[in-house]
Amino acid sequence: MKWMICLHAIVRRELLRFLNQPSRLISALVRPLIWLLVFATGFRAALGVAIAPPYETYITYSVYVLPGLVGMVQLFNAMQSSLSMVYDREMGSMRMLLTSPLPRWYLITCKLLAGIAVSVLQVYAFLAVAWLCDDDAPLFGYVTVLPALIANGLMLGALGLLLSSLIRQLENFAGVMNFVVFPLFFLSTALYPLWKIREGSELLADICALNPFTHGVELVRFALYGQIAPVPTLVVLAVGGMLLILAIIGYSPSRGLIRRKGR
Amino acid sequence: MTLALEVTGLSYSFGAKRALSDVSFTVEAASFTALLGPNGAGKTTFFSLATRLFDSPAGAIRIFGRDIRHHPGEALARLGVVFQDPTLDLDLSVEQNLRYAAALHGLGRREAGRRIERELARFGLADRRHEKARRLNGGHRRRIEIARALMHEPPLLLLDEPTVGLDVPTRRQLVEMVHRLCREDGIAVLWTTHLIDELDGADDRVVLLSQGRVQSRGTIPEVLAAAGVSDLASLFTPLAALAS
Repeated sequence: MKWMICLHAIVRRELLRFLNQPSRLISALVRPLIWLLVFATGFRAALGVAIAPPYETYITYSVYVLPGLVGMVQLFNAMQSSLSMVYDREMGSMRMLLTSPLPRWYLITCKLLAGIAVSVLQVYAFLAVAWLCDDDAPLFGYVTVLPALIANGLMLGALGLLLSSLIRQLENFAGVMNFVVFPLFFLSTALYPLWKIREGSELLADICALNPFTHGVELVRFALYGQIAPVPTLVVLAVGGMLLILAIIGYSPSRGLIRRKGR
Repeated sequence: MTLALEVTGLSYSFGAKRALSDVSFTVEAASFTALLGPNGAGKTTFFSLATRLFDSPAGAIRIFGRDIRHHPGEALARLGVVFQDPTLDLDLSVEQNLRYAAALHGLGRREAGRRIERELARFGLADRRHEKARRLNGGHRRRIEIARALMHEPPLLLLDEPTVGLDVPTRRQLVEMVHRLCREDGIAVLWTTHLIDELDGADDRVVLLSQGRVQSRGTIPEVLAAAGVSDLASLFTPLAALAS
């Protein structure tokens, strides 16, 4: 019972913080919407997208890019959470969480689940706007995509948690954008299909195929059409689980990296 | 005599830099103890170890007999903490902040509500319950943080330089409030500070920390007598000068 009370409180706090900061929601939506409404329109003529699963007909570029932008929302939310955890750790409220008598691995997992809840909320807000702009998926896709969003949120949220345990200072966060976020996003199938990348470079296509974020995007893409993509599902869950274990080690008082930093 | 806090042979290093060396002291139940030391003495490092942000392989910290490394859950359940940096969620209301802290200790909604009412009344902030923390002044925020630390009724309260940034009258009020917690509720308090004017009671105990080592400990008269000086300033000023 204590454990459920604690989980509920951590998720509730994260949601309240999110809802109390409308600017955070707006900035979370503006970025993908610019891609969807401006870039996708611009690229529509330049990039024809051939028929490939899960699509059963020719699609416009904006339809193709929608799951990638969902991934973008989740990726940036995870990085925002990570940033706030570094801030929290420096300012102390992360320390308060860690003084709970419940096991630390559980507290870190609760923090991850809270981040996933915010991430799912942001994605649905984005999908609602995209739906208004006619860049929509089948109606049932909005339901079937939920487990994919949770799995993808787990992987990206665990990455954010791990990064927050590794980053020494808030100032170092710019490096995360350059060395983590941009490569993850641009070296994936979020913006262009794998076969299109392969036309340009075999090497880049291979890197994209190995990128876990590619699998996250593909998981969402298939789920939006009510389909399960087995390989992406396994990759996302395995990488997510592994990152979560590393994050828990990162926050461990005896082996953790916080210890070496003396914070 | 029940020991609320027992620190034995505690050492800690950041790489080659020694932050704490063989630190040992005790805090008795229902007593006020000040961990006094200049900046850089190792107070915050001690605080991080005592709250298990990280732990040290050298030495032990026991809270009411529970070793914080081996029984962290039992030890932390008996510990209330007020950190040096403000840790309230400024965009949440006072009540939401307190409820969050209560839930981290597994307190259900009804019980948390009862305790929130009691603590806000104790600290004279019952009418601020629904206000956002951002609207409170520094002194009131600190009171809420102390109220929050008491939500799970811990018998030991640790406060890390809680008066930083507050004006003199507010500091005096906080010191008095915390002393009252010792007297009336039997809570043991460890108060870290570098401000000697926050100590005055003859019953207060002091642990003087400098360069990671305990220089002396005992009641204020005992510490003064051992050092052969007449006031704390004569003892503390050279240590602060050494640190700077």
